[in-house]
Amino acid sequence: MIIVISLMVCGIVLGYIFREKNLKIVQKLINYAIFLLLFLLGITVGANADVMNNLNSIGLEALIITLAAISGSILCAWAVYRFFFISTK
Amino acid sequence: MKGSIIIVSFFIAGVLLGRFVDVPSLLTAEEPTLYALYALMFLVGISIGSDKKALEALKHQNLKIMLVPLATIIGTLGGTALISLVLSGKSLTDCLAVGAGFGYYSLSTIFITQYKGAELGTIALVSNILRELIALLAAPLLVRYFGKLAPISVGGATTADTTLPIITKFCGKEFVIVSIVHGITVDLSVPFLVTFFCTI
Repeated sequence: MIIVISLMVCGIVLGYIFREKNLKIVQKLINYAIFLLLFLLGITVGANADVMNNLNSIGLEALIITLAAISGSILCAWAVYRFFFISTK
Repeated sequence: MKGSIIIVSFFIAGVLLGRFVDVPSLLTAEEPTLYALYALMFLVGISIGSDKKALEALKHQNLKIMLVPLATIIGTLGGTALISLVLSGKSLTDCLAVGAGFGYYSLSTIFITQYKGAELGTIALVSNILRELIALLAAPLLVRYFGKLAPISVGGATTADTTLPIITKFCGKEFVIVSIVHGITVDLSVPFLVTFFCTI
């Protein structure tokens, strides 16, 4: 994670230095990188026999726990957004 | 919506390829994904640095930023505690331990397998991968119906790295700092909370 954040900081510095240049191509490259990353993540999931086979039985319990965890998060995040982020604008 | 469909298509194409084609091990190794992520973060950095509005947003941040990771932790633990009442085979602490992975599947799976056995370890792996996937795939819908903090909260421990690009795309650059601070804070809480729920 330190490498990832350092790389981003380098990018920010470079972007700041060249902020007057036309950087539209960067947004395009970001989209391509997102597509590539999700494609690679898909391959990893599809090729992992443990994950694919267990998605039926153990996967159901995992899904239920995940949905519960996410629902709680969304509820709290919505409340924080509603009361602390929108109102101060 | 169009962006989301394209993204899902790429992911599904990857899953099908990985499932039915004997792909070279190079593609399933950690390195290509890691380097793609590095490239992405560098590019995201450039787009933030060159954005004059992002700098303004940074200046107006304050302590309320810490409410976001707090909401994620409280919401997740509350939700998993409630669902443990429904899941007959799983205890309260089992569910809390799985939830406390916050999408950080490598670390939480290792901890849970060690303390609670391979079955709950596998559940933790699948559950936390699902959490990251849902954050990636549902981000545009979450923004529309639950506000710009919802994808960050769902992203859990991953919002400082893997889900940051997608959050930047759908929440806007002014939420990048929130997302990074959130990711780092939740990430740090994972080893403490998972071991705590595994050992009590």
